[in-house]
Amino acid sequence: MATKTAAMRPEPVQTCGQFATFFVADLFFGVDVLRVQEVLRFQQMTRVPQAPEVIEGLINLRGQIVTAIDMRRRLGLPPRAGGQTPMNMVVRTEDGAVSLLVDEIGDVLDVDAATHEQPPENLDRGARELIRDVYKLKDRLLLILDAERTVDLVPERAA
Amino acid sequence: MQDQDHDVIREFLVESHENLSRLDQELVELEQRPKDAVLLASIFRTIHTIKGTCGFLAFSTLEAITHQAESLLSQLRDGQRELNPSLVTLILDTVDATRKVLASIETTGEEGPDHFEELTERLRAAAQAPAGNESQMASGRLHVPVEAPSNNARFEHPEVTKPEEEAAKSSAIADANIRVGVGLLDKLMDLVGELVLTRNQILQFNNEREDAALNATSQRLNLITTELQEGVMKTRMQPIGMVWNKLPRVVRDMSVALGKQIRLEMDGAGTELDRTIIEAIKDPLVHLVRNACDHGIEPPDARVRAGKPAQGRLTLRAYHEGGQVNIEIGDDGAGVDVTRVKQKAIEKGLLRPEQAGKLSDREAVNLIFQAGFSTAQTVTNVSGRGVGLDVVKSHIEKIGGVVDVFSRPGEGSTVKLKIPLTLAIIPGLVITSGGERFVIPQVSLLELIRLEGDTREKHIEHVHGTPVYRRRGSLLPIAYLNEVLGLSSSERAEAVSMVVLQAEDRQFGLVVDGINDTQEIVVKPLGKQLKGLTVYAGATIMGDGRVALILDVLGIGQRSGVLAESREPARAAAEQKAQSEIEQQRLLLFRAGSFDRLAVPLSLVARLEEFPRPAIEYAGGCQVVQYRNRILPLVSLRAVLESGAPDQDCPSDPAQVIVFNDGDRSVGVMVDQILDVAEEAVTVRQKTGRKGLLGSAVVGKRVTDFLDLNHVLCVAAENWFQGDASNAGKSILIVEASAFLRGLIRTNLDMAGYRVREAANLDEAIRVLEQQPVDIVVAALDLPPNGSSALSAAMRRRPEWCKIPILELAGSAGQVRTRASQSADFQECQMKLDREAMLESVARLASALTSAGAPPALVGEEK
Repeated sequence: MATKTAAMRPEPVQTCGQFATFFVADLFFGVDVLRVQEVLRFQQMTRVPQAPEVIEGLINLRGQIVTAIDMRRRLGLPPRAGGQTPMNMVVRTEDGAVSLLVDEIGDVLDVDAATHEQPPENLDRGARELIRDVYKLKDRLLLILDAERTVDLVPERAA
Repeated sequence: MQDQDHDVIREFLVESHENLSRLDQELVELEQRPKDAVLLASIFRTIHTIKGTCGFLAFSTLEAITHQAESLLSQLRDGQRELNPSLVTLILDTVDATRKVLASIETTGEEGPDHFEELTERLRAAAQAPAGNESQMASGRLHVPVEAPSNNARFEHPEVTKPEEEAAKSSAIADANIRVGVGLLDKLMDLVGELVLTRNQILQFNNEREDAALNATSQRLNLITTELQEGVMKTRMQPIGMVWNKLPRVVRDMSVALGKQIRLEMDGAGTELDRTIIEAIKDPLVHLVRNACDHGIEPPDARVRAGKPAQGRLTLRAYHEGGQVNIEIGDDGAGVDVTRVKQKAIEKGLLRPEQAGKLSDREAVNLIFQAGFSTAQTVTNVSGRGVGLDVVKSHIEKIGGVVDVFSRPGEGSTVKLKIPLTLAIIPGLVITSGGERFVIPQVSLLELIRLEGDTREKHIEHVHGTPVYRRRGSLLPIAYLNEVLGLSSSERAEAVSMVVLQAEDRQFGLVVDGINDTQEIVVKPLGKQLKGLTVYAGATIMGDGRVALILDVLGIGQRSGVLAESREPARAAAEQKAQSEIEQQRLLLFRAGSFDRLAVPLSLVARLEEFPRPAIEYAGGCQVVQYRNRILPLVSLRAVLESGAPDQDCPSDPAQVIVFNDGDRSVGVMVDQILDVAEEAVTVRQKTGRKGLLGSAVVGKRVTDFLDLNHVLCVAAENWFQGDASNAGKSILIVEASAFLRGLIRTNLDMAGYRVREAANLDEAIRVLEQQPVDIVVAALDLPPNGSSALSAAMRRRPEWCKIPILELAGSAGQVRTRASQSADFQECQMKLDREAMLESVARLASALTSAGAPPALVGEEK
């Protein structure tokens, strides 16, 4: 009980821990593994006309209606190539479950605190807000996503 | 550790609240049967339990109060003294105090600053006082004279009759119950919903195969699922008795406070409703019961005079009927006095005298649910402040319920509520638009219209580009769902499907691509990322497992512009009243040029005249005619409306002229033909952008354009408006959002000789004032965005504007009264469409301005 609430609260800067990883375009992301509720293949989606464009639609997750956010659009990346269906990474947030549409799901990784870096200052402002930490893995960089901010679509940030 | 403590306290709070509710009821029952040892013992036990737990949890104030109450009760239980009303009141006060402390514990975790010493002292005194003495001791604090009914020295208490067996049953139920969190039930409900969907898929799968074993299994699955679904639905249902059990206390308190004798009868306490509904009707029910006690049931002496028993009867009935629950609150009082209601409604400006005559008694009785209405002769502390019944109505309507009141003079009145069983599952109409499925809640649905073949284009007409549909003689504005939602428009099908929807008090048509069927749907909320979208009320899962959005009818109406802006229901009602003022105006209908049907308010017309063509002469390049020894300037309406058309080309001979005058000035307006005078309900208004017209409305089942008299007269005579010596040169700024109303107000002021400028909103008004200050500002009370007060505040901040008087125009008489009491100097409030009152106010403000020695620069600043 106590651990769960701790996980839901503002994320303290974690210097190490387990991250569920995924790819969006050529970027390699991770979210705190405790936040991830489940991972699903692409689901049938109901479009929401007039919604912010990062919202891909609504999915039915065993009777629960979950909003799906397209991570490419959220991060301001070019759209997915035709025929490539995204995966649903369902994360728990303060406001219930939200699905992040990502290109591909990676492994759960244990990272070493020693490889931690702050995200570079010259990162695009939109992405800078969402990326909390950077870990230097052997062959690539792991970007840690701030899930709460990702699902918080304040109108000016939404576009 | 702390969490544990917290849990214990929570448990204590839940338990104590339950106990206190029971106490209320038991104490009132005890008053009827003061000797009932079982009841006394139960009350004693309850107080004792609370006291014990308080001691354990170290809540000293609560412990002190309950301790004293306990000693008092133990004396009663042991037969050392007898119960009387003042003792019951004392114990009930204890219950209230306990509730307050509990509430404080719940919010702050502490008992709060109030130690209730006075109450503890009274309890102690009562416990120590010798038997028979306590009535004097306690009477000092009862605000209500117990001796109120003069014919009845000993006060008789209200009586609660409740079938014996029901009481027995309820305690048996209490033993067999466990407490379950609502969250768990909701989750079960969700899971069952999902199970139903999976079952549906299995059944479909089964149909495709010829497998006996699978067939049998899926049959069983089907049965069990259905039963489970029903069972889980039931867990969310609660008996209405949950709300009712606090009513005996309410009635008891009310009857003591009002010096009335009231017996409460309850029937159908076991009738079940969804818990969300129970929550929603709690307050309205209490209010209706209080209202019945206060206004319904007469004082004992009046009842005896009327030949009724001194004790009044209040009946609560609840029963299922056609998928709904009916709740009736009936009294055997005097009934609603129809004449008084009408009179009051006229006084308050809710009704016009001539309308009153046409109202049926039943309609009149229902006026009591109008905002700002109260027939109580005097304002009591319990009701009669004129707020309440309208709130009850709006609350009930919010959950899809209906309120109705029936009254028989001298025999009593009954308020009937029709409430849906549940909010979580509502009937909805499934429609498609732009390839997507949507659900429209059935409550907002009025009718379905299908326009086929060639007729469809004929039926949908356009007023200045806005589509409207003629529905039984009135114009219905239309919106296209795919346009509202920005969906691709589908190929025009051979038929147009339209749903007629009701949002608040207004109706509109929504054109959709297809109408599927009605379904019971489970309403689910949308995530916070979508909360900002007013067009959706939620989402639901359809039979195929996909999500469909539920449309918010009000939001759709507003987004499409069919409904102007959001308004609170009360305001909308007032607005409708204001609108009906125009509707009731007598209109002169005429024809000019290509305009087949034009109208002006008859009140502005001085005379209708015919002049033979040769009588029309020219003076200074204008057409004039000699009329009553004076020269009447003429203007051809056709020339004004269709610039370019030659003046002379007027076919009718003699010329048809409408004469407008004010004081000693007159102008004649030549039209082609006078058609009619109409006084009919005008239902829909459309604004047009055309010069010389205010807008259109349906009059006599036909679309009719309203003439902008101001514009026409401007053309007619340049100096028309400068004649009135007293008003000449005074400039007025009208600030009103609706161009139609602005036009009407402007016409009225123009006719009175003022120079008028217009603004549609706050910003525009400020801009106009910045260009050139005016003498008087006339502003609509409901000015967007924040009402006229924002404008006056803005003006008061600027020294050069702070002296400008403001006349506020309200939509209803109620608002006028409220504003009148708040108004500052140089400020008045009038009804929007009360021409006389408005002109008087303006004149008054103008003269005050002159006498107050306002800067002459303002007055004389004429171009």
